[in-house]
Amino acid sequence: MTIHRVLPVGRTAILLEVGSSDDAQALYLHLERLRATGELRGVLDLVPGARTVLVDGDPELPGLAWWDELRRTWRPPPARELATPVVEIPVWYDGPDLPEVARLTGLSIPEVIAAHTSVELRVAFCGFAPGFAYLTGLPDALRVPRRDTPRTAVPAGSVALAGGYTAVYPRRSPGGWRLIGRTAMRMWDPDREPPALLTPGTRVRFVPESTEAHPEAGTPEVNP
Amino acid sequence: MTTDAHTTHTREDEAACVEVIQAGALTTIQDAGRPGYAHLGVPRSGAADLASLRLANRLVGNPADTAALETTMLGMTVRPRTGRWWAVTGAPCQVRVADRVVSCDQPIYVPAGAVLRVGPAVEGVRTYLAVSGGIAVPAVFGSRATDTLSGIGPPPVRDGDVLPLGTAAAPPSTVDVVPRPAWPQRPQIRLRLCLRTDWFTAASVARLAAASYQVTAHSDRVGVRLAGPALERTVHEELPSEGMVLGAVQVPPDGQPVILLADHPTTGGYPVVGVVEPDDLWLVAQARPGTEVQFRLIR
Repeated sequence: MTIHRVLPVGRTAILLEVGSSDDAQALYLHLERLRATGELRGVLDLVPGARTVLVDGDPELPGLAWWDELRRTWRPPPARELATPVVEIPVWYDGPDLPEVARLTGLSIPEVIAAHTSVELRVAFCGFAPGFAYLTGLPDALRVPRRDTPRTAVPAGSVALAGGYTAVYPRRSPGGWRLIGRTAMRMWDPDREPPALLTPGTRVRFVPESTEAHPEAGTPEVNP
Repeated sequence: MTTDAHTTHTREDEAACVEVIQAGALTTIQDAGRPGYAHLGVPRSGAADLASLRLANRLVGNPADTAALETTMLGMTVRPRTGRWWAVTGAPCQVRVADRVVSCDQPIYVPAGAVLRVGPAVEGVRTYLAVSGGIAVPAVFGSRATDTLSGIGPPPVRDGDVLPLGTAAAPPSTVDVVPRPAWPQRPQIRLRLCLRTDWFTAASVARLAAASYQVTAHSDRVGVRLAGPALERTVHEELPSEGMVLGAVQVPPDGQPVILLADHPTTGGYPVVGVVEPDDLWLVAQARPGTEVQFRLIR
């Protein structure tokens, strides 16, 4: 059984619990396709999480019996669907936390950069801010905790690590992740459809831009 | 203004608009919000007390989810440059048109140039001002709502703003005044247990039903923070981030519940003990700091 539980959330939402982030992404994409064919009446939002997909709807949302049927029948696709192109994100690895990440992981700075650029990542889910995508698939060596004290302002485009995820801050905001670099690519553009560059399920690869500093970079804003 | 002021003035007079004389504390434009973007991290937003927004719109003859003004505690003062029907609903307050006192919850005709004063809320938090034709600022992702968490939508309303009005579609409601029940002094909020209730001890869930919780001052359109007996967890591991719904009662590590309102983040990492019934959400949105609320649990 690959959908572990079907949990009603209030009167008009259902939370589907699965066993892994890969299954959550696959189930989310499956439900998006069903919705595109008009099969999921009453659904207002499909929200993937780390181990779940939330189906947030209105009173027309299919009842529990429908979801139980899905639980019985749905299986994640055997092979990853690789039809979607990979989004390459060029990064200047000059983040203020890069030395600290090297210390925490026991790697050298070039090894941290090599590890971050060595793998293909995938958007597990978005949250925190519009266009903020939690990317999974990092090597275990790059699993670092959040900072003890969050920064009050992290610049837009900052590339960061925390809790086994990596992400790019779409706009200037407070943040507690460890900053290892920055990109000039726009994560969020209200005039683009979809406005987020990284939507759930998107494949991503970070590419080292250069070892020199970001040409437009001033001193990164660091707050106590 | 560096351009020809006269030209600008004339153009504004030609189009229907309303001038904001005093914006009050936090006044925002709100409609029913922008569902459909939560998977990108965009909150739904929309009126915190949706029932009051819809009542105000029906009174002036608008479709129920038309954009209107939502004030916070202090009310606001506007001067329409175009004569229109208005209605004031939600948190009760004194309303005057050109120094004549008028009632809440009824259509009021405000002639061009007359001042509409919506006083501080006598009870509750949020008062709604709907105008026939609605507030016609540009929509962002299908909504004119100000999202205070992400900054999507129009900025909060400021003194001196001139807001465009849409085309009035229908005559105002023929109902004179909508009868209103007494304002709840000690709101009873139905909470549907279900989601992660098993992450909390049975004793603390029982206390959640028995005790009352006080609304704290750290409450806004994102969430209403409560103070009362702490909820104790049985599961101590971290909850992997999951999608959040409107009205979810999230419990952070300190055990003090937070009820998520319209501008709540789309995902969260704190367990949800239950979800407030949709019909009771207005009670939460209108509860002032210091208000004692009681939960009635639905299993």
